[in-house]
Amino acid sequence: MKVTHMNRINTLFANTRQKVLSVYFTAGFPNIDDTLSVAKHLEKAGADIVEIGMPFSDPVADGPTIQESNKQALDNGMNLELLFKQLEKLRDNVSIPVILMGYINPVIQYGVERFCQSCEAVGVDGLILPDLPMAEYLTEYHSTFEKHGLKNVFLITPQTSEDRIKTVDDNTDGFIYMVSSASTTGAQSSFGDEQKSYFEKVNGMELKNPALVGFGISNRTTFEQATAYSAGAIVGSAFIKLLSKSDDLENDINTFVKELKG
Amino acid sequence: MKYSVDENGYYGKFGGAYIPEMLYPNVEELKENYLSIIGSSDFKEEFDKLLRDYVGRPTPLFLAERLSQKYEAQIYLKREDLCHTGAHKVNNTIGQIILAKKLGKQKIIAETGAGQHGVATATVCALMGMECIVYMGKIDMERQRPNVERMRILGARVVPATSGSQTLKDATNEAMRHWINHPTDTHYIIGSVVGPHPYPDMVAKFQSVISEEIMNQLEAATGSPYPDYILACVGGGSNAAGAFYHFMDNEKVNLVAVEAAGHGVGSGESAATTALGKPGVLHGSKTLLMQTKDGQVVEPYSISAGLDYPGIGPIHAHLFDTGRVQFLNATDEEAMNAGIELSRQEGIIPAIESAHAFVALQKLDLTPNDTVVINLSGRGDKDLETYIQWGKY
Repeated sequence: MKVTHMNRINTLFANTRQKVLSVYFTAGFPNIDDTLSVAKHLEKAGADIVEIGMPFSDPVADGPTIQESNKQALDNGMNLELLFKQLEKLRDNVSIPVILMGYINPVIQYGVERFCQSCEAVGVDGLILPDLPMAEYLTEYHSTFEKHGLKNVFLITPQTSEDRIKTVDDNTDGFIYMVSSASTTGAQSSFGDEQKSYFEKVNGMELKNPALVGFGISNRTTFEQATAYSAGAIVGSAFIKLLSKSDDLENDINTFVKELKG
Repeated sequence: MKYSVDENGYYGKFGGAYIPEMLYPNVEELKENYLSIIGSSDFKEEFDKLLRDYVGRPTPLFLAERLSQKYEAQIYLKREDLCHTGAHKVNNTIGQIILAKKLGKQKIIAETGAGQHGVATATVCALMGMECIVYMGKIDMERQRPNVERMRILGARVVPATSGSQTLKDATNEAMRHWINHPTDTHYIIGSVVGPHPYPDMVAKFQSVISEEIMNQLEAATGSPYPDYILACVGGGSNAAGAFYHFMDNEKVNLVAVEAAGHGVGSGESAATTALGKPGVLHGSKTLLMQTKDGQVVEPYSISAGLDYPGIGPIHAHLFDTGRVQFLNATDEEAMNAGIELSRQEGIIPAIESAHAFVALQKLDLTPNDTVVINLSGRGDKDLETYIQWGKY
């Protein structure tokens, strides 16, 4: 029998009636010590989930904006040891769900068990590891993640078959990350009919998990289009662009979130 | 076969398909179809015909008498340098483009380091009338200028990879990103035994024509199909996988792989993955990988663009792990000297990649009765500028 931990992600979706906004940013970007304050400002501004990116040298699923933020964060000296140190005070400052997102290799080198322990210790609720295949997750990672109360978030795309979407739905109990189109992060500027019918199709499948739409959400219009048939949306590249030119993080983050959520 | 890929796409603990979901349908489509397509009689017929009439196979197995005299062994060269386009890379691109056609794809993308795989891909795209985009590190474009122009003459678009170290690893990242953005009409021709399953197995199978021919030719020349040694250079490892393929299960054949040590294994400027790497995940497979303790991929160095890669095919990680293949390495200097030696002894200017394999002759304890086959994977025309700059000839 599967043990279901009721963590902050489940609580959020059980209680909210509004469309959920999840915001991605890269740890240690734009400055090495910005991680915690960016998360704090996001919560204060009204974001519902924060996704903290663990930078990697070769982020193949990411477009130029997030690649650049990964590079800068690594140049700033970010690594997992330091990230978990910065996050020691996470739960004194942030109460919304926090997800770590990144590529599998740094996690393997840190040690999967140790990584999950560190996540649990600082109060991380879930993980998005785009290059961890489902088969490997189920055989080698699932029980460790579960033991430490971590929800693994799977991606689906317009090319994902209905059967596979159902398998994804069966094997997670947080939310599903619905990639809006065949693209790397940040590549879209608006949504067409093809994407809208994909959002509708997935909505019509009546999955047990809520779905958040990501990739290509940059403003109020795309946020509304994406959430018309889903529980919420994820913003990444557009927020990274804001961070890279901001000289008043608190104020700019507040304006950004308010504009998206309306 | 003991060293073959298993049903989950692993060689021992290495391999798999560590890809983002965006690539899953493409890779799954390949996985579901590659064995039946390449096993079909019309595929085989077209593949064999093109290898014979277009590539010029079988390539000769040449007894290098002066080199044999010098190193006191019977040294044969497998002349992959005589393939159309100048290297073994075309064996794989012929196979993959026929496969791509059978899958109904209209466009081809590829990554390239030294440019040999890019040229081989641009060549078969011209042959088949398919659109071709090749990603190449910006630095590699500068140091392999003639190959860039060859690709352009052949009608390919060469796109510089400007991220990271601007070499083969980054060109591969860019090609994967392109594939994510164009998942339905495009086939990605990976040039080595790297990437997610089924690529390593598929590329190894297309290159296995090398060892198949070696067996036949050696039997005709010596009465036995089995040499005592096979030597090959390894970057990602496609020529080595092809040269070792039919010999892997015969433990009497000593298989020797030579990696690029750059300025020396301990110098911080090297590409000797088995000496410096740890298990990790890059470009879709779990393999040995040069990386920091934090798991960030290290930028490798070698004078030879084709060996300048921080990983190694998962099949080679397994062959290293099990001890089946002996891994040596050669510095820039050793490889350049070996290249000049081959030029002087046998009248063959090798690719600098291939020259690394010849360094093993000095490092092995050979006896006069030993039969040694060296896979001469490519010719040195593309490296003329590097030879000239080296100057010591």
